[in-house]
Amino acid sequence: MTPRATFASLCCLLALLSVASLLVGAQGIAPTDLLFDPQARHLFLAGRLPRTLAVILTGASLAVAGLIMQILARNRFVEPATAGTAQSAALGIVVLTLAAPGLPMIAQMAGATLAALTGTAVFLVMVSRLPVQQPMLVPLTGLVYGGVIGAAVTFLAYENDLLQFVDTWINGEFSAIVRGRYEMLWIAGLAAALAYLAADQLTIVGLGRDAAVNLGLGYRQVMALGLLAVSVVTAITVVTVGMIPFVGLVVPNIVSRLQGDNLRQALPRVALAGAVLVLGCDLLGRLLRYPHEIPVGTVLGVIGAGVFLWLLNVRPRHAG
Amino acid sequence: MISVQNLSYVTAGKRILDDLSLDIAPGQVTALIGPNGAGKSTLLALMARLLRPDNGRITLDGLDVHRTATADIAKRLAILRQEQAPLGRLTVRDLVAFGRFPHHRGRPTAEDHLKIDTALDQLALSDLAGRFVDTLSGGQKQRVLIAMVLCQNTDVVLLDEPLNNLDPAQVRVVMDAVDHMARDLGKTVIVVLHDLNHAARHATRVIALKHGRLFAEGPAGSVLAETPLSQLYETAFDVLTHNARPMVVAR
Ligand SMILES: Nc1ncnc2c1ncn2[C@@H]1O[C@H](COP(=O)(O)OP(=O)(O)OP(=O)(O)O)[C@@H](O)[C@H]1O
Ligand SMILES: [Mg+2]
Repeated sequence: MTPRATFASLCCLLALLSVASLLVGAQGIAPTDLLFDPQARHLFLAGRLPRTLAVILTGASLAVAGLIMQILARNRFVEPATAGTAQSAALGIVVLTLAAPGLPMIAQMAGATLAALTGTAVFLVMVSRLPVQQPMLVPLTGLVYGGVIGAAVTFLAYENDLLQFVDTWINGEFSAIVRGRYEMLWIAGLAAALAYLAADQLTIVGLGRDAAVNLGLGYRQVMALGLLAVSVVTAITVVTVGMIPFVGLVVPNIVSRLQGDNLRQALPRVALAGAVLVLGCDLLGRLLRYPHEIPVGTVLGVIGAGVFLWLLNVRPRHAG
Repeated sequence: MISVQNLSYVTAGKRILDDLSLDIAPGQVTALIGPNGAGKSTLLALMARLLRPDNGRITLDGLDVHRTATADIAKRLAILRQEQAPLGRLTVRDLVAFGRFPHHRGRPTAEDHLKIDTALDQLALSDLAGRFVDTLSGGQKQRVLIAMVLCQNTDVVLLDEPLNNLDPAQVRVVMDAVDHMARDLGKTVIVVLHDLNHAARHATRVIALKHGRLFAEGPAGSVLAETPLSQLYETAFDVLTHNARPMVVAR
């Protein structure tokens, strides 16, 4: 498929899914109701629309964050949710909640971002010392590292009776999203969009440090910028909707295979495909046991794991 | 002009380059030769500010390469490394086009596109332009990287073993490009070569390194002679004359 055709089909898919997402719910809303029924209109504007926007913003920005993370780690098999970024963000909020209870959301967010930055920087330093001939060590290190931090979060939460809260950060879902609870996600979306301005720089950094220096890039500055984008996106999504696995892993890999790694082309497609995937899974979760919901994280876990295994199988040698 | 002054580089407790001083003749091809492990790649990487020296300095037209903004150096000096990290899935044209990045910083002009086409053409890559580089053979990849360096259009070009992986016909393509850069474009080219006959044929001057020190330096004819070569590599050579140039044969 040509890059333009991919772009167009992703746009169509996203539009279709968005309409479906706006219409599907425990209480049916027909398009005509919006004109004549104030209660339906309220349900739409305060519930359906925010939820749909939240899903799109989350999917798009997480997929972009995954792509950037893969460039930073120089490995295709990492993403913020499996390499300690999301776990660090959660740890940040837990520690903040214990140290200074009742902080406003924006302060929580800042704390989570700072923790995510630190946690990811530590991960990147760790993997930069791994032998390049063993690309699988990078995701493994990430899993263990993320697992350890996740365990610390659970332990702290258990000791302090915060497990319920932790659950909302760890298991991402959108059923609680209403107007006033999702707007932070625009910042995540903005961070992902800003990455497009540095598309060339990020592509070059993906060629390695030597190539980047040779082309006159401040390698560390670009890395730091990427790190910031990943941390902001991850922290905000963890705080607002919770951890959503696999989007950041699966989407960039598929787009890379179809369209290559030139981020000028890849970034918009990764963002669109991320939104499509998460929106599709959210819809599926809402429809499978209608009128009950399956959390999107669970649906994605099943679908994403399948796709990931397939990726591992078809592409064993191009991990680096 | 590139000038190396009292350069030392130490890694893992080992002195790789030891108080090295030399000047590179501008506008000419200089071959850098020496046994494996002599420090040739390290010297080139230091010149290209990919490594920092422990002592001494390297200047390019009077600018210390390690103290000048890296974006400025990128417009004056380009390097082809001996080993390249995996390139990912970029098309040949996109990758070569990144050679122009130091000049346009993300907004290519018509002139940039022209330079890209010329470089692709020069390295006989026009037919491969739309291919993903991760699907190319080793020799094809090598030519793509050289095209990228050519595209960067810098006064100084450092090539570390550019003939790796190339068949004899492609060696020709690449060495012609090297000649073209110096002769027609007036660039200063430093090229690490293990094939001494290529050095004899294409280089005006030769620098020989051994154990991280300058072993010999001078016009190709004087360094590529029996006595210095036999001492440099600690193995015997015969040097004949062919087409008025030295021809080196292992004895
Ligand atoms: N990171 C490193 N750690 C330890 N030793 C190193 C490192 N990098 C280079 N060396 C050593 O420095 C010396 C010079 O290496 P360099 O790559 O510059 O040699 P070279 O002249 O380019 O050799 P070749 O012809 O094999 O490419 C070698 O002895 C090498 O083992
Ligand atoms: Mg070398």
